[in-house]
Amino acid sequence: MNQALWAAKTGLDAQQTRMSVISNNLANVNTTGFKQSRVVFEDLLYQNVRQAGGQTSQDTELPSGLMIGTGSRVVATEKSFSQGSVLSTGNGLDVMVDGRGFFQILTPDGNLAYTRDGSFQQNAEGQLVTASGYVVQPGITIPPNSQSITIGADGIVSVTQAGQATPAQVGTLQIVDFINPVGLQPIGENLFRETASSGTPQPGTPGQNGLGSVRQGALEGSNVNVVTELIGMIETQRAYEMNSKAISTNDQMMQYLNNNV
Amino acid sequence: MDEAIYLAMTGAKQTEIAQAINTNNLANISTTGFRADLHAFSSVPVEGPGVDSRINAVVETYGTDFSQGPTTFTGRDLDVAIQGPGFIAVQAPDGSEAYTRAGDLRVDSSGLLMTGRGDLVLGNAGPVSIPPNAGLTIGTDGSITVQPLGQGPEALSLIDRLKLVNPDVKQLAKGEDGLLRHVDALPLEPDGAVRVTSGALEQSNVNAAMTLINMIELSRQYEMQVNIIREAKDNADASADLLNVT
Repeated sequence: MNQALWAAKTGLDAQQTRMSVISNNLANVNTTGFKQSRVVFEDLLYQNVRQAGGQTSQDTELPSGLMIGTGSRVVATEKSFSQGSVLSTGNGLDVMVDGRGFFQILTPDGNLAYTRDGSFQQNAEGQLVTASGYVVQPGITIPPNSQSITIGADGIVSVTQAGQATPAQVGTLQIVDFINPVGLQPIGENLFRETASSGTPQPGTPGQNGLGSVRQGALEGSNVNVVTELIGMIETQRAYEMNSKAISTNDQMMQYLNNNV
Repeated sequence: MDEAIYLAMTGAKQTEIAQAINTNNLANISTTGFRADLHAFSSVPVEGPGVDSRINAVVETYGTDFSQGPTTFTGRDLDVAIQGPGFIAVQAPDGSEAYTRAGDLRVDSSGLLMTGRGDLVLGNAGPVSIPPNAGLTIGTDGSITVQPLGQGPEALSLIDRLKLVNPDVKQLAKGEDGLLRHVDALPLEPDGAVRVTSGALEQSNVNAAMTLINMIELSRQYEMQVNIIREAKDNADASADLLNVT
């Protein structure tokens, strides 16, 4: 009935989505390994009412046409995989990837997932697991009588056992890389899942072939920039208000018509 | 029948269309690289018997506002903002060459460079393919340099150069998909003088204050047209009353 009303509605929808994304970023400002998202807006289809360049007579043509846009929408949310801040914790099982790459995690449904969150712990069997208890792949088991654990920059995990002078290797932390990490699907619990857009995982040794190296005793903080998000929030709120103003104005126009004719 | 009521009806209807164009601008206030649509009214006289008073107002988009939008700093390698005039050439879904100011680029799973909305970005030799890399730089002239995975900064290699064009904006028209195209549909020659800044994005050039003022103005204009419709109706009622046989 009234195109302007619907265009304003799409604007409200898009700004609302943007606000959700900003709120989610802000809610995860202290989440280890969290990657900030941003929304990508696009304009919707245009309705071509009068074609520019159409012939008005044999020798003349329309210098300009009439194109009515139908609004905007959020076409994608895009994660930024920039490095988060380094939080030095000193905890022997805290590791972070310094550079490209993800840790591989086996989820309870039997699929592999990928994470930047290296706040690992041990389960009852001594296996290295995430905070949710999912086993790190390939599995690393810490023997029960270990005195100290060392994780090298290349991912080699070694332990010193009671009564032994030389440390023993118990496994290697492998990391994987993707051609297009932005295409990974976030599934919660700090995990990402492979998609057709991310490409297949390419496993490798930390620190080699462009992969990041592993740092023990540190965690990667969230890469959310609070100032950027707050400014985005102000901008979103004002844009939302203006679009709702457009709705009320169009409503008043129709109301005036109904009351007077 | 009374001409006035039809003239006012056309006026009201066209004002509604102008309001739709204006609202679309407002809805796209956050769309990266969006260019505002401008509207104007033109008069279309309809000649006939009697006094020459049937002049209808018809709205038209007389083009796109090509003024530069504000540039915001994002720090992302694949974000580019064009400084001054110029456009990034992309391949529209229908295969034709189109132009945009939206520089929120990304790479798909096969390594092809595309815009945020998914159109392939053109280099000087067709779509640009980005190899897996440890770092990517887009220079001020649009040249794309990557540091291959596993190699040091000494191995930097030039991949391609963004196809940046700078046609006369009067020759550009917005398509139904919102991309700009040359009116003659010819692929344009790249222009070496166009400059880009990486790590920044150009925002929509919609002026919020102006759009809101336009909205108020159009709304009042609409009310005036409705008033004329009411006047015409009152006049018709009055003459119907006079002729009423009681």
